[in-house]
Amino acid sequence: MIELDNREALGAEFQTLAQDFLKAAKAKGATAAEIGIDKGTGLSVAVRMGEVDKLQYHRDQGASISVYFGHKKGFASSGDLSPKALTDALEAACNIARFTAEDEYNGLADPELMAREIPELDLYHPWDVDAARAITLAQETEQAARDHDARITNSEGAEVDSYAGLGVYANSNGFSGITSSTRHTVSCAVVGQEGSAMQRDYWYSSHCLPARLEPAAAIGHKAAERTLRRLNGRSLSPRTVPVLYVPELAKGLVGTLVSGISGGALYRKATFLLNSLGQPVFPDFVQLSERPHLPCTLGSRAYDAEGVATFDREIVEDGRIQGYFVGSYSARKLGMRTTASASGASNLILHDTGQDWQGMLDALGTGLMVTELIGSGINMITGDYSRGAAGFWVENGEVQYPVEEITIAGNLKDMFRDIRAIGNDVDLRGRIQSDSVLIGGMTVAGQQAG
Amino acid sequence: MTQAMDLARAVFLEPHGLDGDKLEQVLSRLVASDTTLADLYFQSARYEAWGLEEGIVKSGSYSIEQGVGVRTVCGEKTGFAYTDEISLPALMDSATAARAISRAGQSGSIRMAAQVPAASARYGIDDPLKSLSEQDKIELLHRIDARARAISPHVQQVMANLMAAHEIILVVDEQGHLRADVRPMVRTNVSVIVERNGQTESAMAGGGGRFDLDWFLNGDKALQFADEAVRKALINLDAQAAPAGSMTVVLGSGWPGVLLHEAIGHGLEGDFNRKGTSAFSGRIGEQVATKGITVVDDGTLEQRRGSLTMDDEGTPTNCTTLIEDGVLRGYMMDRQNAALMNTHSTGNGRRQSYAHLTMPRMTNTYMLAGPHDPQEIIASVDKGIYAVNFSGGQVDITSGKFVFSTSEAYLIENGKVTRPLKNATLIGNGPDVLTRVSMVGNDLALDDGIGVCGKDGQSVPVGVGQPTLRVDGLTVGGTATG
Repeated sequence: MIELDNREALGAEFQTLAQDFLKAAKAKGATAAEIGIDKGTGLSVAVRMGEVDKLQYHRDQGASISVYFGHKKGFASSGDLSPKALTDALEAACNIARFTAEDEYNGLADPELMAREIPELDLYHPWDVDAARAITLAQETEQAARDHDARITNSEGAEVDSYAGLGVYANSNGFSGITSSTRHTVSCAVVGQEGSAMQRDYWYSSHCLPARLEPAAAIGHKAAERTLRRLNGRSLSPRTVPVLYVPELAKGLVGTLVSGISGGALYRKATFLLNSLGQPVFPDFVQLSERPHLPCTLGSRAYDAEGVATFDREIVEDGRIQGYFVGSYSARKLGMRTTASASGASNLILHDTGQDWQGMLDALGTGLMVTELIGSGINMITGDYSRGAAGFWVENGEVQYPVEEITIAGNLKDMFRDIRAIGNDVDLRGRIQSDSVLIGGMTVAGQQAG
Repeated sequence: MTQAMDLARAVFLEPHGLDGDKLEQVLSRLVASDTTLADLYFQSARYEAWGLEEGIVKSGSYSIEQGVGVRTVCGEKTGFAYTDEISLPALMDSATAARAISRAGQSGSIRMAAQVPAASARYGIDDPLKSLSEQDKIELLHRIDARARAISPHVQQVMANLMAAHEIILVVDEQGHLRADVRPMVRTNVSVIVERNGQTESAMAGGGGRFDLDWFLNGDKALQFADEAVRKALINLDAQAAPAGSMTVVLGSGWPGVLLHEAIGHGLEGDFNRKGTSAFSGRIGEQVATKGITVVDDGTLEQRRGSLTMDDEGTPTNCTTLIEDGVLRGYMMDRQNAALMNTHSTGNGRRQSYAHLTMPRMTNTYMLAGPHDPQEIIASVDKGIYAVNFSGGQVDITSGKFVFSTSEAYLIENGKVTRPLKNATLIGNGPDVLTRVSMVGNDLALDDGIGVCGKDGQSVPVGVGQPTLRVDGLTVGGTATG
């Protein structure tokens, strides 16, 4: 079993450490202070070609501290939690605060916004798995992939990971909270070959509850299928066509939206979504919700990195931006109130427009289905978007052949406005629950074949 | 002068009572009769960073990490555990956990070996965090800010960072050899946002390496990064849509060497080739580039960001020839993959920290100079693009497809550089892109020291370089068709 020994005692010990630190900070003359202490333990096994490849035991811990002298701030972190190390870290943070500038927006979040009632989010479910069982499970996963088809000729292996962690956050406004969570992942990546050309693809399942992981064989088969369908890809000549993002890539579009309406980008005016609050950034059927309290879901949290209580809210309603993602610093800079987003977005749900997968392909008609994106060609200031891609050429709603070594390009402002449909084939892994997304037109470039 | 080994012993061994007998106990627990290799990796790292924004130094941070990674390798199998507590019981526990990979019995006791000669140092061991006073660090950031704002009234935001790190490493291998390295690193980044007539753009410049912070003061190097960031941002304000499709691309010297890192570098790392999952697997001796092209990975360059005196397994770094006169010559190796492929480590075994496993990684990867004047190369192109700066890249090792994205590029028309172009991603196929290189410049340059390479969730600092190159038929991912 991968779990934290004496979890309750550990939480209590960290809370005491935190309170001792806050007292010490006050004694140093700090007008405010905050501290996060984390500890985690994990097991990771990797199997390749049926044999054990790696067996790794993880044990992580660390503390992050901030001290404020009026509006001057200092930050330090330490991997050592001994009282001596924390005293040294406090010393270092105080020294930094002597040299940083007065910044009137600096400070803890407002006391009245602190989480008071902590909902039970049911995130801690240790997995009763030891190294031997994890190895067997990884072997079953990889074997299913390798047995799937003779064209699966090689493997990068299968991995089973289990992690349990606990965190305490406390600040001098009187807030102190403990969270604990688990995360379990089974993944598999295999190589397929036809002629001399090879392709690799993968699949994974991840959840805080071991029982909710996809079965090993299903993960292996899916990894194999995804690899095989890429074999014998062609390039495409330049053209402007509709583009369908599969659910796991549509998450990336949602992630880009989040970056574009996050406090730091907004107050620096470093985003193409400046002043977008209330604006129709999307067509009127687009709805995006933030739901931080979903039980047993990886992105759930009762409070953010400043202790501010999280709450359900709508980010996009009828195509209009209804909320930014701001922590208390950027909120003050923008003259707003924090949205409990000091740790970024929690669970996001992009609502569908009713089509199933075939319905989405029919809506695509003739165009490109994108299944992989590589590179980071996004200019957040202008919204210009240009990335390497692989996927499938689709005609009249039917998949024709795999395509690779192509780019897709456009501008995110136009792409967001040009969303035509959102599928109901939701990918529940991770904190963004996204469906496939169809965009009306993007420029595709490739070699002059196909 | 204090040596790296003295410092490492003083940090890791003496204060924790870890003498030769105790290290022998840990190794004897860790090593089984079927062990290929094993090591203890002691690391202590201190980082400091200061950040200026909106004309004030708003943020400063300091962090310290220390721990020991304990690894044992039996053939293809690796067992690994780590601890942030440096003590005999913690090391024995980690050794027991890592050793679980082997079913073989104890190998008997390991004796500490005689001291091995230290590798030639590629950088000094002084602590760069202490190389400038706090006041001077802050003053430097303010000077960068003032410089950027003085160049152009269109500059709206200046974000400048100054970072310094000091790492101490001690590697104890399965034969009881001790090897130490002390690694300084500094870096400055300048990002600016410019606005003109309601249109906004940004750009970034920076650099650094394994030396002291006063390097930034010599010849006002830090201010040159401010100049460079503003220059690029203003050019981007005039940029027009890049073309879409296959065309001739002239790559500038220096940082565009990210091409080599993505297109061929990763594909030549030993692990992928041992497993046969790289598009370059089994192709040693084949022509993979135009004749005349030579590409090396060189960890020995003095004070470079990607350089190391020894890699994270204690092997001295080398200048490894990857491609010689167009022919694929060799892979980059760590100890495990070298043992499995019956060759020797090239000194490319690297890890992000004690809590991560070693893998074959690049150091400074670059192409040697060729015969052509850069102007002659540009003049040879009727229609194409001239790409001189990039924001990064990525590769699919197995299919060989790679991308890299421009951050400063121009159209070439009738042999002349004309209009600036918006950022575009270029995509190609690693195993054949270098066969499309038709001209190699005589202007080899290395980057300014900003590279970070990610692999399997681990980040390490790297360098790249190349002369100006003409590549025929690379796909440019712009939006302008026809």
